Amino acid sequence: MKKDIIVCKDIKKAYGVGETEVVVLKGITFSIEEGEFVAIMGPSGSGKSTLMHILGALDTPTSGEYFLDGKDVSKLSDEELADIRREKIGFVFQAFNLLPRTSVLRNVSLPLIYANMPKFEREEIAKKALTDAAFPEAFWQYHSNQISGGMMQRVAIARSLVNNPALILADEPTGNLDSKTGEIVLHTFQNLNMTQGKTVVLITHEPYVAEHADRIIHIRDGNILTDEKNNHKRLARNEKDITDDHT
Amino acid sequence: MTTRDLLEETYSAVTVNKVRSGLTMLGIVIGIASVIALVAVGQGSQASIQSSIDSLGANLVMITPGATRSVGTTLRAAAGSSETLTPDDATAIESLSNVEAVAPEVSGRYQVIYKGQNTNTSVMGTTPAYEQVRNVSIDTGNFVSDTDVSNSNRVAVIGPTVLQTLFAPSTDASATPDMAIGQTIKIKGTQFTVIGVTVAQGGSGFNNQDDMIYIPLTTAQHYLLGSTGYVTEIDVEASTQGAMTQVQNDITNLLLVRHNIADPTQADFTVLNQASIVSTASSVTSTFTTLLAAIAAISLLVGGIGIMNMMLTTVTERTREIGLRKAIGAKKNDITLQFLAESVMLTFGGGLIGVVLGWLAAVVISLVTGITTSVSIPYILLAFFVSAAIGIIFGYYPARRAAGLNPIEALRYE
Repeated sequence: MKKDIIVCKDIKKAYGVGETEVVVLKGITFSIEEGEFVAIMGPSGSGKSTLMHILGALDTPTSGEYFLDGKDVSKLSDEELADIRREKIGFVFQAFNLLPRTSVLRNVSLPLIYANMPKFEREEIAKKALTDAAFPEAFWQYHSNQISGGMMQRVAIARSLVNNPALILADEPTGNLDSKTGEIVLHTFQNLNMTQGKTVVLITHEPYVAEHADRIIHIRDGNILTDEKNNHKRLARNEKDITDDHT
Repeated sequence: MTTRDLLEETYSAVTVNKVRSGLTMLGIVIGIASVIALVAVGQGSQASIQSSIDSLGANLVMITPGATRSVGTTLRAAAGSSETLTPDDATAIESLSNVEAVAPEVSGRYQVIYKGQNTNTSVMGTTPAYEQVRNVSIDTGNFVSDTDVSNSNRVAVIGPTVLQTLFAPSTDASATPDMAIGQTIKIKGTQFTVIGVTVAQGGSGFNNQDDMIYIPLTTAQHYLLGSTGYVTEIDVEASTQGAMTQVQNDITNLLLVRHNIADPTQADFTVLNQASIVSTASSVTSTFTTLLAAIAAISLLVGGIGIMNMMLTTVTERTREIGLRKAIGAKKNDITLQFLAESVMLTFGGGLIGVVLGWLAAVVISLVTGITTSVSIPYILLAFFVSAAIGIIFGYYPARRAAGLNPIEALRYE
């Protein structure tokens, strides 16, 4: 049996106190196994972003327990959470969040700076991650603002891989991309999941995007609505196939 | 984060927006450069005043008519109106112990004419002892002799500035001392024969010894002043530095007796020594230097505020970047250090350029205006420390603000 990467037990999150208290998550329980590709889906205001922040160790729940890779992170301090993020989580954001006017290679190796890794070693790992994220070598030395949106997101994916995380957390990764480049990005995730066994959690509000995952968790009003295996998994095409269509 | 990575990150952050970094640095550059340049001017003038006072003569005690009104000032009634010192006073002082030489003087400014040239300059009537007391060196010819004084000879010893003014054959050729010796010049209508030319001593300001004519004391009293009984100053040379206080006291006591004054506060003369002039002058110039440094420090403060302003803007602008760095595992300290390092790099770089520019400015100032400047190493080191400290002080608040950002909100920031 595969081990559980994520175990959430009755996670609640509330903001404010007394009269003004707003309960965003009302008791979320689920677990994710190593090597799964899960989409967390829900409309805006459903609490999926809050859940993502807790899963990503950016925030802690008001009550409930959250085990990440066997470690209880629900009651850690800010500084301890930073350690967890550095060691166990790879983030991919909707807005890419790359450092501007900085080379692709440097952007990818950035997380390793905080792990005190020597520069040479950092760049070796970054190059491997870029290859894994199907980012063309010819652009490695380009500045992050000189490449297309689809490429930028693949740089961000490569960046999320360099610390060899237990979990890749992607927050609306295709939100800023057109459907074609979005598909390439989804293909990259599927490829990492299928060929390298990476655990991927994708947060999205688009059913079409969620259908690329093996399992879809629907969230609505702070509760899990459904949590089921996706029997109609879409396979995203890679860049080459898309280009071939047009020629 | 290793130190090397920190420096690399900082360098790339500072160079990303070169214009803005440059303009921010400019505040510090100007601040440090003005501190260096203005302090150099202040210290330079202090040194030049010191050296021109030293050139007045060694172990000099000066007696002037009128009383000192307060410590450090030598204001007195208009010279000449207070006629209290006589050549006999000078003769009496000569017999005091530890007195090396005594030179009574009368002086005034007169029109001096040689052929077509004329000038208005200081004419000093004195005795041969003046040459020793005031360190006058003769280039060519002789100084005023005892015979000249006793016979009231109409002879003159001229300074090099006077020589050039009167005897230069044309505007672009300079005169040699030989051209003047034996020539006749007119001072206030009376003819004098030039018997000597003094060596240039330099010096400027209140006592330019190069722009001066020396004539015998008696001659000056007969032909120029009209009155005969009084002198405008008596210069005394003490035998040693250590004896100066004793000589000064002895002179005061002697003159009080000679002038029949019982109360020393009512004295009709002032005895000054060189040391007191030096200390007065240096207290004036050090106040001047402090003032200049204070003005420059204000511009440094303004520069520091500029740094803070830019760092705060940078923190706001890079909110998302800070959020990202935190999301990928940067701790509070990593962020604080990064932003502090940026502001210190800006101020330190500014300090470095400022020192170079300030030094250049000091050199240019002394070339253009002739004011002596002296750039001192302690001030340069101080400037470096101050600029680094400004970076830390004015960068701390923005850096803490960056480090304190909530990563979730920072990542969402538009």
